[in-house]
Amino acid sequence: MLKSCVVSKPVIEKWRSSPPPPNPVLLSSVFGGRSKGITRHVHLALQVWRSAQGWLEAIASSGAGDQNLFTSIYPTLSQQLPREPMEWRRSYGRAPKMIHLESNFVQFKEELLPKEGNKALLTFPFLHIYWTECCDTEVYKATVKDDLTKWQNVLKAHSSVDWLIVVVENDAKKKNKTNILPRTSIVDKIRNDFCNKQSDRCVVLSDPLKDSSRTQESWNAFLTKLRTLLLMSFTKNLGKFEDDMRTLREKRTEPGWSFCEYFMVQEELAFVFEMLQQFEDALVQYDELDALFSQYVVNFGAGDGANWLTFFCQPVKSWNGLVLRKPIDMEKRELIQRQEATLLDLRSYLFSRQCTLLLFLQRPWEVAQRALELLHSCVQELKLLEVSVPPGALDCWVFLSCLEVLQRIEGCCDRAQIDSNIAHTVGLWSYATEKLKALGYLCGLVSEKGPNSEDLNRTVDLLAGLGAERPETANTAQSPYKKLREALSSVEAFEKHYLDLSHATIEMYTSIGRIRSAKFVGKDLAEFYMRKRSPQKAETYLQGALKNYLAEGWALPVTHTRKQLAECQKHLGQLENYLQTSSLLASDCHLTQEERAHFCQEILSFANQQVDSPGHRVLLPMHSFAQLRDLHFDPSNAVVHAGGILSVEITLYSQMPIPVHMDQIAVNVHFNIEKNSYRKTAEWLTKHKTSNGIINFPAETSLFPASQNSSPGLELSEMFERSPSDNSLNTTGIICRNVHMLLRRQEGSSSLETPSGVALEDGAHVLRCHSVTLQPGTNKVAFRTQAKEPGTYTLRQLCASVGPVWFVLPHIYPIVQYDVYSQEPQLHVEPLADSLLAGIPQKVKFTVTTGHYTVKNGDSLQLSNVEAMLILCQAENRATIFSNSREESSVASLRIQSSDKVTSIGLPAVPAYHVIEFELEVLSLPSASAAMGERGIQGTPELHRKQKDRQKSGHCMVTTDHKVSIDCPWSIYSTVIALTFSVPFRTTHSLLSSGTRKYVQVCVQNLSELDFQLSDSSLTDTGDTADLQLTPLNPQCEQHIHSKQSVFFVWELQWTQEPPPALCCQFSVGFCPASEEQLSISLKPYTYEFQLENFFTLYTVNAEISPPVGAEYCRTGSLCSLEVSITRLTDLLEVDKDEALTESDEYFSTKLMYEVVDNSSNWAVCGKSCGVVSMPVAARATHRVHMEVMPLFAGYLPLPDVRLFKYLPHHSAHSSQLDADSWIENDSLSVDKHPDDQLDCSSVRSRGSVASAASSEHKGLPMPRLQALPAGQVFNSSTGMQVLVIPSQDDHVLEVSVT
Amino acid sequence: MAVCIAVIAKENYPLYIRSTPMESELKFHYMVHTSLDVVDEKISTMGKALVDQRELYLGLLYPTEDYKMFRKLHNSYTDVMCNPFYNPGDRIQSRPRPWEDLPGKAVGSTCDCRGPSTAW
Repeated sequence: MLKSCVVSKPVIEKWRSSPPPPNPVLLSSVFGGRSKGITRHVHLALQVWRSAQGWLEAIASSGAGDQNLFTSIYPTLSQQLPREPMEWRRSYGRAPKMIHLESNFVQFKEELLPKEGNKALLTFPFLHIYWTECCDTEVYKATVKDDLTKWQNVLKAHSSVDWLIVVVENDAKKKNKTNILPRTSIVDKIRNDFCNKQSDRCVVLSDPLKDSSRTQESWNAFLTKLRTLLLMSFTKNLGKFEDDMRTLREKRTEPGWSFCEYFMVQEELAFVFEMLQQFEDALVQYDELDALFSQYVVNFGAGDGANWLTFFCQPVKSWNGLVLRKPIDMEKRELIQRQEATLLDLRSYLFSRQCTLLLFLQRPWEVAQRALELLHSCVQELKLLEVSVPPGALDCWVFLSCLEVLQRIEGCCDRAQIDSNIAHTVGLWSYATEKLKALGYLCGLVSEKGPNSEDLNRTVDLLAGLGAERPETANTAQSPYKKLREALSSVEAFEKHYLDLSHATIEMYTSIGRIRSAKFVGKDLAEFYMRKRSPQKAETYLQGALKNYLAEGWALPVTHTRKQLAECQKHLGQLENYLQTSSLLASDCHLTQEERAHFCQEILSFANQQVDSPGHRVLLPMHSFAQLRDLHFDPSNAVVHAGGILSVEITLYSQMPIPVHMDQIAVNVHFNIEKNSYRKTAEWLTKHKTSNGIINFPAETSLFPASQNSSPGLELSEMFERSPSDNSLNTTGIICRNVHMLLRRQEGSSSLETPSGVALEDGAHVLRCHSVTLQPGTNKVAFRTQAKEPGTYTLRQLCASVGPVWFVLPHIYPIVQYDVYSQEPQLHVEPLADSLLAGIPQKVKFTVTTGHYTVKNGDSLQLSNVEAMLILCQAENRATIFSNSREESSVASLRIQSSDKVTSIGLPAVPAYHVIEFELEVLSLPSASAAMGERGIQGTPELHRKQKDRQKSGHCMVTTDHKVSIDCPWSIYSTVIALTFSVPFRTTHSLLSSGTRKYVQVCVQNLSELDFQLSDSSLTDTGDTADLQLTPLNPQCEQHIHSKQSVFFVWELQWTQEPPPALCCQFSVGFCPASEEQLSISLKPYTYEFQLENFFTLYTVNAEISPPVGAEYCRTGSLCSLEVSITRLTDLLEVDKDEALTESDEYFSTKLMYEVVDNSSNWAVCGKSCGVVSMPVAARATHRVHMEVMPLFAGYLPLPDVRLFKYLPHHSAHSSQLDADSWIENDSLSVDKHPDDQLDCSSVRSRGSVASAASSEHKGLPMPRLQALPAGQVFNSSTGMQVLVIPSQDDHVLEVSVT
Repeated sequence: MAVCIAVIAKENYPLYIRSTPMESELKFHYMVHTSLDVVDEKISTMGKALVDQRELYLGLLYPTEDYKMFRKLHNSYTDVMCNPFYNPGDRIQSRPRPWEDLPGKAVGSTCDCRGPSTAW
């Protein structure tokens, strides 16, 4: 029996390109002839390509017939069969696939036919082919038929239905034998004899060795048939096999079931799929086996142990790692077959198969991933199964396996592929590193002294478990086996290998961005270096890892890494770094109290050692040592005058676990003079800065930033800078309050561990507090300082020192400032009320701001007296003294001495930066100039000044200003203070007439807000005219005048002789505030002087309206007569002597113009409403004018006004030409009969007056002028009279005017 | 049994982390932190592909031979976030009931859940 194996293609290199078209590497077994040499049997077998093992042959078909014939056909057959793909339809809804069939042809042999229950699929004959060349009926009948019959019987006996008869026709044979029947006949016979219903089971192959189209056709038909039948049989048998396999699997709960047996069955299926290049399906078989096994192990862990599993629990004796370089690890397979495999053997074999298939599938990265999972799960399974494993054995196994997988993958990938898939392999690298480290520690290769004998024994044991190196890798220099052996051989070799691995892993992790993993490996490396006493190398890794943990806020890793770093720094002698790390650790709440105390003690002992070497400072950031919680100023507004005492109390939260005695705590203060800013003036500071004095500092969060990426938001606020003089806006802008946060250096976190970021400012201004013991937790520290130079002081840094160790808080934020100001002494005088009233005592407040001046006893204010203003000295004056911050006050008495010129106010002794406040009563005398304020309508010049105000409101008081010059003790210059007093009253007068009797009326209007009592009113003639008598018609009693009200006084003017043309009067009335009780001083009365002119009556005018003749009453619409009589009462008087007076022969007359005006439009004046009359200047001279008027309304109507004017001729001196026309014109105008001619008349009049006043020169027109007669000279006796007008009878509408 | 549960903020700091054997707490911290590498990777690829965003399970995050790490706590985390008194971004201080129940539910794994992440 010969079985030759002919597979030797280098498999591994092939998978990378797409699987090549099946190369017909056939496993053909040629059997020696069994029959008489006429027929040869040939087995047709599926070819297993790539699998080099003979046992993998699968006999697909067995054939019978002529050996020579087959030999001649075979090359073509084997070449052509796999050329065309076939669609393979599969059961269970699996997707159809195109497969290439390759077959192994084996000579037919009855023994090869499968027996019942045969599980072998690989050696299964799928199709039996009978080859015959027979073309002779005789021969057929004689031998072939029998042969065929026997063959068929054998097949039937084995219930094999997959067969084919091939009749090969050969032209050459035909020629030789003439008696040949038509060729169909043999085929027909065969079909007839054997293929009763399956005529397609017999095919003809014509001239297979020729090169003709007929031959080609024949081949194609034959091959198609062959493929179809082969596939049909394969599908059928495979389905049956799968069913059998499932049945077997279902029996797994039965006691005798063996996993290994089942394994072999399912693997058979996998092999078949692999042969068909259905690697995916093949892989599924192994994955199922994997899962099944895993489940059993898990179940075992849960207490459900299968019997067969106990076998896998045997102690691990060999740990030589995965073998992936052979497609099939026959040794392990045989172990499984023999049911002698250990868990590691089984897993190794299973994985090697999976690996092979995955590599066929071009999924090397999945190999890496699965490998990692496999290694982890193996470790866990061994634990679950409680398999006894020598220490380090698993580490060896894992290490070897990791490297094996990596090398296997590297072997079939190029560098670029590997580099771009580091993410998949790095896990294995990391795992290998970890395991090597574990081995190193286990075997004493990491310790300083090197391995001891126990370690060496262990190493020997471990190496023994590796066994001998496998032949595949024997020639490889870097095989995992060699590496491990070497690494365990010596301390130096271990270090080299471990460092190589670690660095490679870190590099790989870093390159794919797995920084955290890289840092983690780096930390292991750091530990290694620490063990090797190379702290300088460890530091880098520890710092790197720590930075990462800090940045992401992982407290526990931070603490742990810091502890390692502290040790490292201690070894390195990095003093400052070590102290800083110690301070951080001492404040770390994740450490135990003892540990924290230890690190705190480290700092303190250092500080105590170094006492003798002064000048050397170790600066450490404060945040880890203590936190500034809040700060409190006293005075609370943080404003203090120069020389004043400022105290600052800070709350420090000590993070140290034990009380720490500090040599000193100091605050560095930055001094800044802001001279030009209004904000820094004493006025502004004392008034505006009103914080409560407590500044809270946000809790330090830099240790664990809540969020690295989110920077704090902008804290913007608006800023206005105003001019100190007029409060106008100087500058405006936006300021960012947290610039220091936003513009912080980004690498700030990196410098957290290095104290380089802290620099001690050396300022001249330092607040100090010596010898303070900080208890754990909250401490209060108070600083006191005497303010010196004025300006702004910014608290910049906080330092706490113990010996040479200085803890520095480099920036105090929010910004804390206090202001020191210096103030010039100042005096303010201001009325207590809104305005000061003249005439009555008023209070004025004096404010003395002492500023830097200290008021001594005897210092006084010297007020130069003003004539019109009295300073009223009360019996007792009190001054109130405040401190500048208005916090405290006291009362002192005030000495006031008055002399003629000077009032001296003695100030109480007061220290600097205080305020003295007191009130004085002043009285503005109604002095001559002021009291004479109002003269008639015109008023005084002073009044003119205020006229604008008066016009605006009409009720504005007249004011007077008094300037007081004050000499202050702190200045050689006098301070001039202006006080403005308002006169509370406004007085007007008027002359009233009744015929020839005259009355003077004085109206006093109270403009102030106060009520007054008026008393002792009097009116005197200052001219002291003889025979003139002023008879008061007023009540004698006091009168009350309320705010904003008026009081009238009337006197009758009587004279006996001819009175003077003008009369000077003085009105005087006493007044005092109504509300107040008895005043201490008598007040001056209020006076008002005025002049009366033309106060006696020259003319009386009488108007009378009479109804038309015959009518009893006036009727609307009917003309009535108006009689106006103008009567002269006196002879020529001094007052008459003016331009209007004409004299002729001792006879004097004056021209008067009358005018009838009805402003209420009750009357229509018909005809001339005005006219000029020449009035004789003589007593009883009367002029009568008759006019007609028409009432427009019914009722009692007041008579129309009759006005009288002095008619002055044009000034002859000014006009050279006298134009009479103007008279006529003027006259004609006034003769207008229209009812509204008064308007015209008045317009003419005004025109005339204007012309006379201003424009006569321009126009050159001599216009007469009208001059109103003074009110006192005309008495209209008909004023107030009314006449009854009845409505006309035919009026439908009755209009009644009621006046 | 779940041995460690961690809720991680999107800035990668732990919002909540709790492990049952207190002795190995530090180890878990390191482990969870290191696994963030994979979480980052997975989330970034998830964001790119915009695959089913409701698939919150990220798979195996950090392979160790001792434990398996998964992420399957999102629902419980949502409960916490729904608490009106919870300030997003704060460390989860209290121990709300859902977390207490979980170690029993999540079988055989160390759990790791990423906190408020923009990817969701």
